[in-house]
Amino acid sequence: MSDVSLDIGQGLFIGMLGPNGAGKTTLMRTVLGLIQPASGSIHVLGEPASRGNAAVGYIPQLRSLAGNMRLRGWDFVASACNGHRWGLPILNKAARQEVHWALDMVGAAALARRPLMETSGGERQRLLLAQALLGRPRLLLLDEPLISLDPHHQHGVVALVKQVQQELGITVIFSAHELNPLLGAIDQVLYLGRGQAALGKVDEVITSPVLSRLYGSTIDVIRMKNRIFVMAGDVEVEKEEHCHHA
Amino acid sequence: MLEFDFMQNAFIAGGLVSVLAGVVGFFLVMRGQTFAGHALSHVGFAGATGAALLGVSPMWGLICVTLLGGVSMGALGERLQGSDIVIGTILSLALGLGMLFLHFFTAYATQATALLFGNVLGVNTETLWTLAWLGMACLLLLAIMARPLVFASLQPELAEAKGVSLRLVSMLFLAIVALTTAECIQIVGVLLVFTLMVGPAATAQKLTSRLGAGVVLAAALALAEAWLGITLAFYTDWPSSFWISALSGSAYLVVVTVLRMPRKRRRQPPSGE
Repeated sequence: MSDVSLDIGQGLFIGMLGPNGAGKTTLMRTVLGLIQPASGSIHVLGEPASRGNAAVGYIPQLRSLAGNMRLRGWDFVASACNGHRWGLPILNKAARQEVHWALDMVGAAALARRPLMETSGGERQRLLLAQALLGRPRLLLLDEPLISLDPHHQHGVVALVKQVQQELGITVIFSAHELNPLLGAIDQVLYLGRGQAALGKVDEVITSPVLSRLYGSTIDVIRMKNRIFVMAGDVEVEKEEHCHHA
Repeated sequence: MLEFDFMQNAFIAGGLVSVLAGVVGFFLVMRGQTFAGHALSHVGFAGATGAALLGVSPMWGLICVTLLGGVSMGALGERLQGSDIVIGTILSLALGLGMLFLHFFTAYATQATALLFGNVLGVNTETLWTLAWLGMACLLLLAIMARPLVFASLQPELAEAKGVSLRLVSMLFLAIVALTTAECIQIVGVLLVFTLMVGPAATAQKLTSRLGAGVVLAAALALAEAWLGITLAFYTDWPSSFWISALSGSAYLVVVTVLRMPRKRRRQPPSGE
C-alpha cells in the first residue's frame, strides 16, 4: 500500500475486506510490529507499532498442525500466557485465573477440557479468541477467522466477537472474504485494494464508485434485503476470492 | 543380575538416556519434527566413523556433527519445513559417507554394528559420565526454554508477534535434539533412535491430552521400556536394542488398538487444570 492515511477510532468493530493480495495480513503484521512500513509510520493506541505490544491481541489463521493435536484446549490457550518469557510453562494462581477469565469470556470453560482434534472449527475459533484475550488487549486483530466455517458457525463467531468487543469496550479489526456475515455487527468497514484503502460506514464504502476505484474495474453493488452483493460484470467478487482461497 | 558392573552401567546409562529421550521426544512429536531427529542420527553415523578414521573419540565426533547438523537445521527454519526430500538426501548422503569412512578404517568395522544398533552393555564409566553431563545440560536448557518452546510450537505466528524469536527457539531446540540423538545412539544405535525418542512420546500423547502429564508419561514409558529391555536382554541373551524397540513398538500399537476399539460411552475427561 502507498499513500494511505487512516485513523481507526477506539472501541469500534472494523471489518477488513479486500481481494487476495490487497495486504490484509500484511497490514495486520505491520500493526503487530512484525513488518516495518517502507515509508510512513503506524501508531497503535498512541504508541509506534512495536513487536510484543501487550495491548494488541491477535488471532492468526489456524494452522493444520495445532488442529490435529490431542492436546486439550486448556493447555493450548494457556501456552500464550506469558509465553514469551523463559522458564518452565507452569502457571501461577494469577495466571490460571487469567486463563479461566478468558475462557469464561467466550464460554469455552467446558470446551477447554477436550482435545483440540475433537473440536469443531467454530469451537477452535472460540479457544483462539480466549487465547487472544489473555493479557487484556485493547485492540484485537482477527485474521480470517471465518475461513472454512459453514454459515451457521460464521454467524456464531461474529456474534461472539461482537459480544466480547462490546463487553470489554475494545477495538476489533476483523478481516474476512465476505461482507455479508459481518453486516449488522461491524461499525465500519476498511476496504483494501490496489495499494489503496477506504474506511467508513458500510453505506459510504460499499458503493460502486469507491469499489471501482479499489478494484480498478467497474464494480456494481447490489443490495437485496439485508445483503449486499459486490459484482464485477456478472461475477460475484467475494465468492470468486473465496473459491481461490479455499 | 545387578552384581555385574556392566549391568549396573547399562541400567544407569539406559535410565539417563531414556528419560532425556522421552522428554525431548515429547516436544519433537508435538512440533511434528520427528523426521529431523531421524536425519540427525544418520548424520551422527558419519560423524562417529569419520572421527574414528581421524583417530578422535567416535563419541565426540558423533556429538559435534549432530550438534552442527541440528543448529544448521534450526537456522534454516521455515525453509526446511516440509522439505522431506532435502532432509532425506542429506540423510542417505551421511550414511553413505559413514560407510566410506568405515571402509578406510577397517579396524573399526567390528564396532559398526554397535554404532548402528547400539551397545548398552558395553558402556564404560567414562562414557557414563559424559552421558550424565550432556543429559543434564540438555534438560537444564530445555527447562529454561520450555515456555517459549511450547508457545512457538503451538502458535508460531502469535508467538512471533509477542516477541518470541522462532529461529532462536528452533535452533536451541534442535541443538537439544542433536545431543539427545547422540546419547540415544549409545544405547539403541543410529537406526533405532526412533524407539526411544518417538515411540514413548507418541504413545504418551495418545494416552493423555495434558501437557505436563504427557511429558512425565513419555519419560516414564521410555524409562520402563529401556530398563525392561535391558533386563530381558540379560535373561534371554538377545540384543537389548531388539527388546527396547519391540517394547516401544508394542506399547504404541497396543495403545492405538485399544483406543480404536468402540466404547459404549465416551469417558468424560476429568475437570480442572
